[in-house]
Amino acid sequence: MKVLVPVKRVIDYNVKPRVKMDGTGVDLTNVKMSMNPFDEIAVEEAIRLKEKGAASEIVVVSVGPQKAQDTLRTALAMGADRAILIQTDQEVEPLAVAKLLKAVTDEEQPGLVLLGKQAIDDDSNQTGQMLAALTGRPQGTFASKVEIKGDIVEVTREVDGGLETVSLKLPAIVTTDLRLNEPRYASLPNIMKAKTKPMANKTPADYGVDIGPRLTTLKVEEPAKRQAGVKLGSVDELVVKLKDLGVVA
Amino acid sequence: MTVLVLVEHEAGVPKDASLATITAAQKLGQIHALVAGEGAEAKQAAEATAKIAGVAKVLLADHAAYANMLAENVAPLVAGLMSNYDALLCNATSNGKNIAPRVAAMLDVMQISDVLSIEGTDTFTRPIYAGNAIATVKSSDAKKVLTVRATAFTKAAASGGSASVETISGPTDAGLSSFVGAETSKSERPELTSAKVVVSGGRALGSSEEFHRLIDPLADKLGAAVGASRAAVDAGYAPNDYQVGQTGKIVAPEVYVAIGISGAIQHLAGMKDSGTIVAINKDEDAPIFQVADLGLVGDLFQIVPELTQKL
Repeated sequence: MKVLVPVKRVIDYNVKPRVKMDGTGVDLTNVKMSMNPFDEIAVEEAIRLKEKGAASEIVVVSVGPQKAQDTLRTALAMGADRAILIQTDQEVEPLAVAKLLKAVTDEEQPGLVLLGKQAIDDDSNQTGQMLAALTGRPQGTFASKVEIKGDIVEVTREVDGGLETVSLKLPAIVTTDLRLNEPRYASLPNIMKAKTKPMANKTPADYGVDIGPRLTTLKVEEPAKRQAGVKLGSVDELVVKLKDLGVVA
Repeated sequence: MTVLVLVEHEAGVPKDASLATITAAQKLGQIHALVAGEGAEAKQAAEATAKIAGVAKVLLADHAAYANMLAENVAPLVAGLMSNYDALLCNATSNGKNIAPRVAAMLDVMQISDVLSIEGTDTFTRPIYAGNAIATVKSSDAKKVLTVRATAFTKAAASGGSASVETISGPTDAGLSSFVGAETSKSERPELTSAKVVVSGGRALGSSEEFHRLIDPLADKLGAAVGASRAAVDAGYAPNDYQVGQTGKIVAPEVYVAIGISGAIQHLAGMKDSGTIVAINKDEDAPIFQVADLGLVGDLFQIVPELTQKL
Protein backbone atom coordinates (compact mmCIF):
# COMPACT_ATOMS: atom_id res chain seq x y z
CA MET A 1 0.00 0.00 0.00
CA LYS A 2 1.24 3.42 -0.97
CA VAL A 3 0.99 6.19 1.64
CA LEU A 4 0.76 9.86 0.66
CA VAL A 5 1.85 12.44 3.24
CA PRO A 6 1.22 16.13 2.54
CA VAL A 7 3.54 18.45 4.49
CA LYS A 8 3.56 22.20 5.01
CA ARG A 9 6.40 24.62 5.63
CA VAL A 10 5.39 26.90 8.51
CA ILE A 11 6.87 29.19 11.12
CA ASP A 12 8.85 27.16 13.65
CA TYR A 13 6.68 26.37 16.65
CA ASN A 14 9.22 27.91 19.04
CA VAL A 15 9.09 31.31 17.36
CA LYS A 16 6.72 33.94 18.69
CA PRO A 17 4.83 35.32 15.69
CA ARG A 18 4.83 39.12 15.26
CA VAL A 19 2.12 41.01 13.47
CA LYS A 20 3.40 43.39 10.76
CA MET A 21 3.11 47.08 11.55
CA ASP A 22 0.92 47.69 8.49
CA GLY A 23 -1.61 45.08 9.62
CA THR A 24 -1.34 42.94 6.48
CA GLY A 25 -0.17 39.76 8.13
CA VAL A 26 2.49 38.12 10.27
CA ASP A 27 6.12 39.03 9.64
CA LEU A 28 7.98 35.99 8.29
CA THR A 29 11.16 37.68 7.08
CA ASN A 30 14.24 36.08 8.61
CA VAL A 31 12.07 33.87 10.79
CA LYS A 32 12.98 30.22 11.31
CA MET A 33 10.68 27.96 9.32
CA SER A 34 10.11 24.23 9.89
CA MET A 35 7.84 21.38 8.98
CA ASN A 36 4.40 21.77 10.57
CA PRO A 37 4.67 19.62 13.76
CA PHE A 38 1.51 17.64 13.00
CA ASP A 39 2.88 16.81 9.52
CA GLU A 40 6.07 15.53 11.10
CA ILE A 41 3.91 13.15 13.12
CA ALA A 42 2.21 12.08 9.87
CA VAL A 43 5.57 11.38 8.20
CA GLU A 44 6.69 9.38 11.25
CA GLU A 45 3.49 7.32 11.25
CA ALA A 46 3.92 6.52 7.57
CA ILE A 47 7.49 5.37 8.21
CA ARG A 48 6.34 3.16 11.08
CA LEU A 49 3.67 1.62 8.82
CA LYS A 50 6.40 0.89 6.28
CA GLU A 51 8.66 -0.60 8.95
CA LYS A 52 5.80 -2.88 10.02
CA GLY A 53 5.28 -3.94 6.41
CA ALA A 54 1.85 -2.29 6.12
CA ALA A 55 3.08 0.39 3.69
CA SER A 56 5.22 -0.15 0.61
CA GLU A 57 6.06 3.36 -0.53
CA ILE A 58 5.86 6.81 1.10
CA VAL A 59 5.29 9.82 -1.15
CA VAL A 60 5.47 13.28 0.41
CA VAL A 61 3.94 16.32 -1.24
CA SER A 62 4.04 20.02 -0.41
CA VAL A 63 2.24 23.03 -1.83
CA GLY A 64 4.26 26.20 -1.37
CA PRO A 65 7.28 28.27 -2.36
CA GLN A 66 10.53 26.81 -3.66
CA LYS A 67 11.82 26.77 -0.08
CA ALA A 68 9.24 24.10 0.71
CA GLN A 69 11.85 21.80 -0.90
CA ASP A 70 13.69 21.93 2.42
CA THR A 71 10.61 20.62 4.20
CA LEU A 72 10.28 17.81 1.67
CA ARG A 73 14.00 16.96 2.05
CA THR A 74 13.47 16.73 5.80
CA ALA A 75 10.68 14.21 5.21
CA LEU A 76 12.91 12.27 2.80
CA ALA A 77 15.69 12.26 5.40
CA MET A 78 13.26 10.88 7.98
CA GLY A 79 12.49 8.00 5.61
CA ALA A 80 10.01 8.96 2.89
CA ASP A 81 10.82 7.57 -0.57
CA ARG A 82 10.07 10.42 -2.97
CA ALA A 83 8.66 13.90 -3.04
CA ILE A 84 6.44 16.15 -5.12
CA LEU A 85 6.69 19.94 -4.83
CA ILE A 86 3.70 21.86 -6.17
CA GLN A 87 5.36 25.22 -6.39
CA THR A 88 3.58 28.54 -5.98
CA ASP A 89 4.38 31.78 -4.21
CA GLN A 90 0.71 32.51 -3.70
CA GLU A 91 -0.93 31.84 -0.38
CA VAL A 92 -3.04 28.74 -0.97
CA GLU A 93 -6.20 28.23 1.11
CA PRO A 94 -7.11 24.79 2.50
CA LEU A 95 -9.86 24.25 -0.11
CA ALA A 96 -7.38 24.80 -2.95
CA VAL A 97 -4.75 22.63 -1.23
CA ALA A 98 -7.38 19.89 -0.90
CA LYS A 99 -8.14 20.19 -4.64
CA LEU A 100 -4.45 19.86 -5.51
CA LEU A 101 -4.13 16.88 -3.18
CA LYS A 102 -7.19 15.31 -4.78
CA ALA A 103 -5.42 15.57 -8.16
CA VAL A 104 -2.28 13.98 -6.68
CA THR A 105 -4.41 11.28 -5.05
CA ASP A 106 -6.08 10.50 -8.39
CA GLU A 107 -2.66 10.13 -9.97
CA GLU A 108 -0.88 8.24 -7.20
CA GLN A 109 -3.80 6.17 -5.86
CA PRO A 110 -2.48 5.89 -2.28
CA GLY A 111 -4.26 3.47 0.06
CA LEU A 112 -3.84 5.97 2.86
CA VAL A 113 -3.31 9.71 3.00
CA LEU A 114 -1.84 10.82 6.34
CA LEU A 115 -1.92 14.54 7.12
CA GLY A 116 -1.46 16.80 10.10
CA LYS A 117 -4.77 17.80 11.67
CA GLN A 118 -3.93 21.49 11.37
CA ALA A 119 -1.14 23.80 10.37
CA ILE A 120 0.12 25.95 13.21
CA ASP A 121 0.13 29.11 11.07
CA ASP A 122 -3.47 29.50 9.87
CA ASP A 123 -4.89 26.98 12.41
CA SER A 124 -7.65 26.06 9.94
CA ASN A 125 -7.98 22.32 10.59
CA GLN A 126 -9.71 21.69 7.25
CA THR A 127 -7.49 20.19 4.57
CA GLY A 128 -7.80 16.50 5.49
CA GLN A 129 -11.56 16.63 5.86
CA MET A 130 -11.88 18.53 2.57
CA LEU A 131 -9.67 16.02 0.77
CA ALA A 132 -11.85 13.23 2.17
CA ALA A 133 -14.96 14.95 0.83
CA LEU A 134 -13.46 15.58 -2.62
CA THR A 135 -12.21 12.00 -2.98
CA GLY A 136 -15.32 10.45 -1.42
CA ARG A 137 -13.12 8.64 1.09
CA PRO A 138 -13.75 8.12 4.81
CA GLN A 139 -11.85 10.29 7.30
CA GLY A 140 -10.27 9.53 10.64
CA THR A 141 -9.43 12.92 12.09
CA PHE A 142 -7.31 13.78 15.18
CA ALA A 143 -5.80 10.28 15.32
CA SER A 144 -3.92 9.03 18.37
CA LYS A 145 -3.71 5.44 17.08
CA VAL A 146 -3.79 4.01 13.56
CA GLU A 147 -4.08 0.28 12.89
CA ILE A 148 -4.30 -1.30 9.47
CA LYS A 149 -6.45 -4.44 9.60
CA GLY A 150 -6.70 -5.93 6.12
CA ASP A 151 -8.88 -3.68 4.00
CA ILE A 152 -9.86 -1.38 6.85
CA VAL A 153 -8.02 1.08 9.05
CA GLU A 154 -9.04 1.47 12.67
CA VAL A 155 -8.44 4.98 13.97
CA THR A 156 -8.61 6.07 17.61
CA ARG A 157 -9.48 9.75 17.70
CA GLU A 158 -8.87 12.41 20.34
CA VAL A 159 -12.30 13.97 20.84
CA ASP A 160 -13.77 16.45 23.33
CA GLY A 161 -15.05 13.73 25.66
CA GLY A 162 -11.99 11.48 25.55
CA LEU A 163 -11.19 8.90 22.88
CA GLU A 164 -13.32 7.43 20.13
CA THR A 165 -12.52 4.61 17.72
CA VAL A 166 -13.85 4.39 14.18
CA SER A 167 -13.35 1.77 11.50
CA LEU A 168 -12.77 3.11 7.99
CA LYS A 169 -12.75 1.31 4.65
CA LEU A 170 -9.49 1.74 2.76
CA PRO A 171 -8.59 3.85 0.89
CA ALA A 172 -8.96 6.46 3.63
CA ILE A 173 -7.77 9.83 4.89
CA VAL A 174 -6.29 10.14 8.40
CA THR A 175 -5.27 13.34 10.19
CA THR A 176 -2.82 13.16 13.07
CA ASP A 177 -3.06 14.47 16.60
CA LEU A 178 -0.17 15.07 19.00
CA ARG A 179 -0.12 11.75 20.80
CA LEU A 180 0.08 9.50 17.73
CA ASN A 181 3.86 9.15 17.96
CA GLU A 182 7.10 10.99 18.62
CA PRO A 183 8.80 11.83 15.34
CA ARG A 184 12.38 10.68 14.89
CA TYR A 185 15.32 12.91 14.08
CA ALA A 186 16.95 12.31 10.73
CA SER A 187 20.45 10.88 11.04
CA LEU A 188 23.33 12.51 9.16
CA PRO A 189 23.76 9.60 6.70
CA ASN A 190 20.01 9.74 5.99
CA ILE A 191 20.18 13.50 5.43
CA MET A 192 22.93 12.88 2.88
CA LYS A 193 20.96 10.06 1.26
CA ALA A 194 17.85 12.25 1.05
CA LYS A 195 19.65 14.60 -1.32
CA THR A 196 19.55 11.99 -4.05
CA LYS A 197 15.98 10.85 -3.54
CA PRO A 198 13.63 11.87 -6.38
CA MET A 199 11.71 15.13 -6.18
CA ALA A 200 9.21 16.11 -8.87
CA ASN A 201 8.59 19.79 -9.53
CA LYS A 202 5.05 20.72 -10.46
CA THR A 203 2.81 23.76 -10.50
CA PRO A 204 -0.89 24.11 -9.68
CA ALA A 205 -1.49 24.61 -13.41
CA ASP A 206 -0.07 21.13 -14.11
CA TYR A 207 -3.03 19.75 -12.20
CA GLY A 208 -5.52 22.16 -13.76
CA VAL A 209 -6.56 23.46 -10.32
CA ASP A 210 -7.69 27.04 -9.79
CA ILE A 211 -6.05 28.20 -6.57
CA GLY A 212 -7.65 31.65 -6.57
CA PRO A 213 -8.49 32.71 -3.02
CA ARG A 214 -12.06 32.80 -1.71
CA LEU A 215 -11.18 34.85 1.32
CA THR A 216 -9.70 38.32 1.44
CA THR A 217 -7.77 39.25 4.56
CA LEU A 218 -8.87 42.77 5.40
CA LYS A 219 -6.50 43.16 8.32
CA VAL A 220 -4.39 41.28 10.83
CA GLU A 221 -4.06 42.66 14.33
CA GLU A 222 -2.48 41.75 17.60
CA PRO A 223 -4.98 40.49 20.13
CA ALA A 224 -5.74 42.63 23.15
CA LYS A 225 -2.75 42.30 25.49
CA ARG A 226 -3.14 41.15 29.05
CA GLN A 227 -1.31 43.19 31.60
CA ALA A 228 0.82 41.29 34.06
CA GLY A 229 -0.80 41.44 37.47
CA VAL A 230 0.60 41.29 40.96
CA LYS A 231 2.79 38.73 42.64
CA LEU A 232 1.42 37.76 46.00
CA GLY A 233 3.51 37.10 49.08
CA SER A 234 1.68 34.19 50.64
CA VAL A 235 -1.02 31.57 50.29
CA ASP A 236 -3.16 33.56 52.74
CA GLU A 237 -3.19 36.53 50.36
CA LEU A 238 -4.28 34.24 47.52
CA VAL A 239 -7.06 32.79 49.68
CA VAL A 240 -8.37 36.33 50.34
CA LYS A 241 -8.23 37.19 46.62
CA LEU A 242 -10.04 34.00 45.62
CA LYS A 243 -12.73 34.67 48.22
CA ASP A 244 -13.10 38.21 46.83
CA LEU A 245 -13.66 36.72 43.37
CA GLY A 246 -16.54 34.74 44.81
CA VAL A 247 -15.33 31.38 43.54
CA VAL A 248 -14.92 29.68 46.88
CA ALA A 249 -17.91 27.61 47.86
CA MET B 1 -30.95 35.45 5.21
CA THR B 2 -31.68 32.06 6.71
CA VAL B 3 -28.92 30.06 8.32
CA LEU B 4 -28.57 26.46 9.45
CA VAL B 5 -27.00 25.54 12.78
CA LEU B 6 -25.81 21.98 13.34
CA VAL B 7 -26.74 21.30 16.98
CA GLU B 8 -24.64 18.97 19.10
CA HIS B 9 -26.42 17.18 21.86
CA GLU B 10 -25.80 14.63 24.58
CA ALA B 11 -28.37 12.64 26.54
CA GLY B 12 -31.18 14.62 24.92
CA VAL B 13 -29.75 18.03 25.83
CA PRO B 14 -28.20 20.56 23.39
CA LYS B 15 -24.58 21.28 24.31
CA ASP B 16 -23.52 24.65 25.69
CA ALA B 17 -21.28 25.19 22.66
CA SER B 18 -24.38 25.00 20.44
CA LEU B 19 -26.08 27.68 22.55
CA ALA B 20 -23.11 29.96 21.83
CA THR B 21 -23.23 29.11 18.13
CA ILE B 22 -26.93 30.03 18.06
CA THR B 23 -26.04 33.45 19.52
CA ALA B 24 -23.50 33.89 16.71
CA ALA B 25 -26.09 32.78 14.12
CA GLN B 26 -28.55 35.41 15.35
CA LYS B 27 -26.22 38.05 13.90
CA LEU B 28 -26.67 36.57 10.43
CA GLY B 29 -30.39 35.93 10.11
CA GLN B 30 -33.24 33.55 10.80
CA ILE B 31 -32.10 30.30 12.40
CA HIS B 32 -33.05 26.78 11.55
CA ALA B 33 -31.42 24.18 13.78
CA LEU B 34 -30.56 20.67 12.63
CA VAL B 35 -30.64 17.92 15.23
CA ALA B 36 -29.24 14.66 13.84
CA GLY B 37 -29.22 11.55 15.94
CA GLU B 38 -31.11 8.40 16.75
CA GLY B 39 -34.28 7.60 18.63
CA ALA B 40 -35.70 9.04 21.83
CA GLU B 41 -32.57 11.03 22.70
CA ALA B 42 -32.55 12.81 19.34
CA LYS B 43 -36.26 13.56 19.66
CA GLN B 44 -35.77 14.92 23.16
CA ALA B 45 -32.83 17.05 21.94
CA ALA B 46 -34.98 18.41 19.09
CA GLU B 47 -37.72 19.38 21.52
CA ALA B 48 -35.20 21.08 23.80
CA THR B 49 -33.67 22.89 20.80
CA ALA B 50 -37.11 24.18 19.81
CA LYS B 51 -37.23 26.00 23.16
CA ILE B 52 -33.92 27.83 22.66
CA ALA B 53 -34.49 31.55 22.24
CA GLY B 54 -33.94 32.63 18.64
CA VAL B 55 -34.50 29.30 16.91
CA ALA B 56 -37.23 29.61 14.24
CA LYS B 57 -37.44 25.97 13.21
CA VAL B 58 -35.92 22.63 14.16
CA LEU B 59 -35.13 19.93 11.65
CA LEU B 60 -34.93 16.46 13.18
CA ALA B 61 -33.06 13.77 11.26
CA ASP B 62 -33.54 10.51 13.14
CA HIS B 63 -31.57 7.53 11.88
CA ALA B 64 -29.06 5.04 13.24
CA ALA B 65 -26.52 6.36 10.71
CA TYR B 66 -26.41 9.70 12.53
CA ALA B 67 -26.11 8.27 16.05
CA ASN B 68 -22.35 8.82 16.42
CA MET B 69 -22.00 11.90 14.22
CA LEU B 70 -19.84 10.09 11.67
CA ALA B 71 -18.77 12.76 9.18
CA GLU B 72 -19.23 10.39 6.23
CA ASN B 73 -22.95 10.13 7.06
CA VAL B 74 -23.77 13.52 8.55
CA ALA B 75 -21.94 15.71 5.99
CA PRO B 76 -24.08 14.56 3.01
CA LEU B 77 -27.23 15.16 5.08
CA VAL B 78 -26.13 18.72 5.89
CA ALA B 79 -24.82 19.45 2.39
CA GLY B 80 -28.15 18.30 0.94
CA LEU B 81 -30.03 20.82 3.10
CA MET B 82 -27.78 23.74 2.20
CA SER B 83 -29.63 24.61 -1.02
CA ASN B 84 -32.16 26.27 1.32
CA TYR B 85 -29.64 28.21 3.41
CA ASP B 86 -27.10 31.00 3.04
CA ALA B 87 -24.80 29.86 5.82
CA LEU B 88 -23.95 26.85 7.96
CA LEU B 89 -22.68 27.32 11.50
CA CYS B 90 -21.11 24.50 13.50
CA ASN B 91 -19.35 24.50 16.85
CA ALA B 92 -15.55 24.63 16.82
CA THR B 93 -15.61 21.36 18.79
CA SER B 94 -14.21 17.99 17.77
CA ASN B 95 -17.51 17.13 16.04
CA GLY B 96 -17.85 20.50 14.34
CA LYS B 97 -14.23 20.52 13.19
CA ASN B 98 -14.68 17.01 11.83
CA ILE B 99 -17.92 17.59 9.91
CA ALA B 100 -17.93 21.25 8.76
CA PRO B 101 -14.93 21.10 6.37
CA ARG B 102 -16.36 17.97 4.75
CA VAL B 103 -19.59 19.87 4.09
CA ALA B 104 -17.69 22.97 2.92
CA ALA B 105 -15.71 21.00 0.33
CA MET B 106 -18.91 19.30 -0.90
CA LEU B 107 -20.36 22.80 -1.44
CA ASP B 108 -17.08 24.16 -2.91
CA VAL B 109 -16.88 26.70 -0.10
CA MET B 110 -13.78 27.85 1.79
CA GLN B 111 -14.67 27.43 5.46
CA ILE B 112 -13.89 30.04 8.09
CA SER B 113 -12.66 28.26 11.22
CA ASP B 114 -12.96 29.33 14.83
CA VAL B 115 -14.97 32.51 14.27
CA LEU B 116 -14.54 35.05 17.09
CA SER B 117 -16.89 37.75 15.85
CA ILE B 118 -19.32 38.41 13.04
CA GLU B 119 -18.62 41.82 11.49
CA GLY B 120 -21.14 41.50 8.67
CA THR B 121 -22.84 38.84 6.53
CA ASP B 122 -19.54 38.06 4.80
CA THR B 123 -16.90 39.38 7.22
CA PHE B 124 -15.57 37.57 10.27
CA THR B 125 -12.64 37.61 12.67
CA ARG B 126 -10.67 34.52 13.56
CA PRO B 127 -7.46 33.69 15.44
CA ILE B 128 -4.33 32.62 13.55
CA TYR B 129 -0.83 31.67 14.76
CA ALA B 130 -2.09 30.25 18.06
CA GLY B 131 -4.09 33.39 18.74
CA ASN B 132 -1.02 35.63 18.43
CA ALA B 133 -2.84 37.43 15.62
CA ILE B 134 -6.48 38.06 14.82
CA ALA B 135 -7.41 38.15 11.14
CA THR B 136 -10.46 39.88 9.71
CA VAL B 137 -11.50 37.96 6.61
CA LYS B 138 -14.14 38.58 3.96
CA SER B 139 -15.59 35.63 2.10
CA SER B 140 -16.52 35.80 -1.59
CA ASP B 141 -18.32 32.43 -1.51
CA ALA B 142 -22.07 32.54 -2.13
CA LYS B 143 -22.65 30.40 0.96
CA LYS B 144 -20.69 30.58 4.16
CA VAL B 145 -19.52 27.68 6.30
CA LEU B 146 -18.31 28.70 9.76
CA THR B 147 -17.15 26.99 12.90
CA VAL B 148 -17.76 29.15 15.95
CA ARG B 149 -15.54 29.46 19.01
CA ALA B 150 -17.90 28.99 21.94
CA THR B 151 -15.98 31.19 24.39
CA ALA B 152 -16.37 34.22 22.09
CA PHE B 153 -20.19 34.30 22.29
CA THR B 154 -22.64 34.27 25.17
CA LYS B 155 -24.95 31.29 25.40
CA ALA B 156 -28.46 31.69 23.99
CA ALA B 157 -31.19 31.18 26.59
CA ALA B 158 -32.26 27.53 26.69
CA SER B 159 -35.87 28.57 27.15
CA GLY B 160 -38.23 31.17 25.74
CA GLY B 161 -38.46 29.84 22.18
CA SER B 162 -41.30 27.88 20.66
CA ALA B 163 -40.10 26.63 17.28
CA SER B 164 -41.79 23.87 15.35
CA VAL B 165 -40.03 20.53 14.88
CA GLU B 166 -40.05 19.10 11.37
CA THR B 167 -38.87 15.55 10.81
CA ILE B 168 -36.68 15.20 7.76
CA SER B 169 -34.80 12.43 6.05
CA GLY B 170 -31.66 12.39 3.95
CA PRO B 171 -28.83 10.19 2.81
CA THR B 172 -28.11 7.65 5.55
CA ASP B 173 -25.22 5.20 5.82
CA ALA B 174 -22.53 6.06 3.27
CA GLY B 175 -21.01 2.63 3.88
CA LEU B 176 -17.53 4.08 4.37
CA SER B 177 -17.12 4.05 8.11
CA SER B 178 -18.46 2.62 11.34
CA PHE B 179 -18.29 3.51 15.00
CA VAL B 180 -16.34 1.02 17.10
CA GLY B 181 -16.48 2.53 20.58
CA ALA B 182 -15.55 5.35 22.89
CA GLU B 183 -13.60 5.79 26.10
CA THR B 184 -15.03 8.87 27.69
CA SER B 185 -13.69 10.36 30.88
CA LYS B 186 -16.57 10.27 33.32
CA SER B 187 -16.43 13.05 35.83
CA GLU B 188 -18.71 14.68 38.36
CA ARG B 189 -16.96 17.96 37.67
CA PRO B 190 -18.24 20.67 35.31
CA GLU B 191 -17.31 20.44 31.65
CA LEU B 192 -13.91 21.95 30.93
CA THR B 193 -15.02 24.27 28.14
CA SER B 194 -17.96 25.78 30.03
CA ALA B 195 -16.79 25.70 33.67
CA LYS B 196 -16.67 28.91 35.70
CA VAL B 197 -13.40 27.88 37.30
CA VAL B 198 -10.64 25.74 35.81
CA VAL B 199 -7.65 24.34 37.68
CA SER B 200 -4.90 23.16 35.32
CA GLY B 201 -1.72 21.28 36.08
CA GLY B 202 1.56 21.14 34.20
CA ARG B 203 4.62 18.99 33.91
CA ALA B 204 6.04 20.29 37.18
CA LEU B 205 3.60 17.99 39.00
CA GLY B 206 5.94 15.16 38.07
CA SER B 207 3.57 12.19 37.90
CA SER B 208 -0.02 11.15 37.36
CA GLU B 209 -0.34 10.35 41.09
CA GLU B 210 0.86 13.79 42.17
CA PHE B 211 -1.30 15.44 39.51
CA HIS B 212 -4.45 13.90 40.96
CA ARG B 213 -3.33 14.14 44.60
CA LEU B 214 -2.76 17.90 44.33
CA ILE B 215 -5.06 19.16 41.57
CA ASP B 216 -8.25 17.19 42.23
CA PRO B 217 -8.90 18.32 45.85
CA LEU B 218 -8.26 21.97 44.93
CA ALA B 219 -10.65 21.65 41.96
CA ASP B 220 -13.23 20.12 44.29
CA LYS B 221 -12.89 23.05 46.71
CA LEU B 222 -13.41 25.52 43.87
CA GLY B 223 -16.12 23.56 42.05
CA ALA B 224 -13.72 23.64 39.11
CA ALA B 225 -13.08 21.62 36.00
CA VAL B 226 -9.60 20.14 35.65
CA GLY B 227 -7.32 20.95 32.72
CA ALA B 228 -3.71 20.29 31.83
CA SER B 229 -0.89 21.58 29.70
CA ARG B 230 0.23 19.63 26.66
CA ALA B 231 3.42 18.64 28.49
CA ALA B 232 1.39 17.07 31.31
CA VAL B 233 -0.81 15.18 28.86
CA ASP B 234 2.15 14.00 26.77
CA ALA B 235 3.82 12.74 29.95
CA GLY B 236 0.68 10.75 30.78
CA TYR B 237 -0.23 12.70 33.94
CA ALA B 238 -3.69 13.54 32.57
CA PRO B 239 -5.93 12.24 29.76
CA ASN B 240 -5.93 13.91 26.33
CA ASP B 241 -9.32 15.57 26.77
CA TYR B 242 -7.84 17.68 29.60
CA GLN B 243 -5.49 19.52 27.24
CA VAL B 244 -5.92 23.28 27.08
CA GLY B 245 -4.20 25.09 24.22
CA GLN B 246 -3.85 25.88 20.54
CA THR B 247 -4.63 22.35 19.47
CA GLY B 248 -6.55 21.26 22.54
CA LYS B 249 -9.50 22.94 24.19
CA ILE B 250 -10.13 26.65 24.31
CA VAL B 251 -11.39 27.82 27.70
CA ALA B 252 -12.36 31.21 29.10
CA PRO B 253 -13.57 30.61 32.67
CA GLU B 254 -14.05 33.37 35.23
CA VAL B 255 -11.00 32.08 37.07
CA TYR B 256 -8.17 29.98 35.61
CA VAL B 257 -5.62 28.54 38.02
CA ALA B 258 -2.38 27.41 36.33
CA ILE B 259 -0.26 25.18 38.55
CA GLY B 260 3.27 24.27 37.51
CA ILE B 261 2.60 25.49 33.97
CA SER B 262 5.35 27.62 32.42
CA GLY B 263 3.06 29.22 29.84
CA ALA B 264 4.20 28.26 26.33
CA ILE B 265 2.42 30.28 23.62
CA GLN B 266 0.54 27.14 22.61
CA HIS B 267 -0.93 26.89 26.13
CA LEU B 268 -1.66 30.62 26.43
CA ALA B 269 -3.63 30.33 23.16
CA GLY B 270 -6.14 28.15 24.97
CA MET B 271 -6.73 30.20 28.12
CA LYS B 272 -5.67 33.82 27.78
CA ASP B 273 -9.25 35.07 27.48
CA SER B 274 -10.03 33.85 31.00
CA GLY B 275 -11.39 36.41 33.48
CA THR B 276 -8.77 36.16 36.21
CA ILE B 277 -5.63 34.09 35.74
CA VAL B 278 -3.88 32.73 38.82
CA ALA B 279 -0.41 31.23 38.38
CA ILE B 280 1.58 29.15 40.83
CA ASN B 281 5.10 28.39 39.65
CA LYS B 282 8.54 28.09 41.18
CA ASP B 283 10.20 30.02 38.33
CA GLU B 284 9.49 33.71 38.80
CA ASP B 285 10.50 34.37 35.16
CA ALA B 286 8.02 31.84 33.72
CA PRO B 287 6.03 33.40 30.85
CA ILE B 288 2.77 32.47 32.59
CA PHE B 289 3.38 35.40 34.98
CA GLN B 290 3.21 37.82 32.03
CA VAL B 291 -0.48 37.05 31.62
CA ALA B 292 -1.38 36.16 35.22
CA ASP B 293 -3.41 38.61 37.32
CA LEU B 294 -2.38 36.88 40.52
CA GLY B 295 0.94 35.14 40.82
CA LEU B 296 2.51 33.11 43.57
CA VAL B 297 6.16 32.11 43.22
CA GLY B 298 7.11 29.01 45.14
CA ASP B 299 7.05 25.26 45.48
CA LEU B 300 3.68 23.98 44.30
CA PHE B 301 4.05 20.86 46.45
CA GLN B 302 3.81 23.11 49.51
CA ILE B 303 1.55 25.85 48.17
CA VAL B 304 -1.22 23.75 46.66
CA PRO B 305 -2.01 21.57 49.72
CA GLU B 306 -1.88 24.67 51.94
CA LEU B 307 -4.21 26.54 49.57
CA THR B 308 -6.65 23.63 49.41
CA GLN B 309 -6.68 23.36 53.17
CA LYS B 310 -7.22 27.08 53.74
CA LEU B 311 -10.03 27.50 51.26
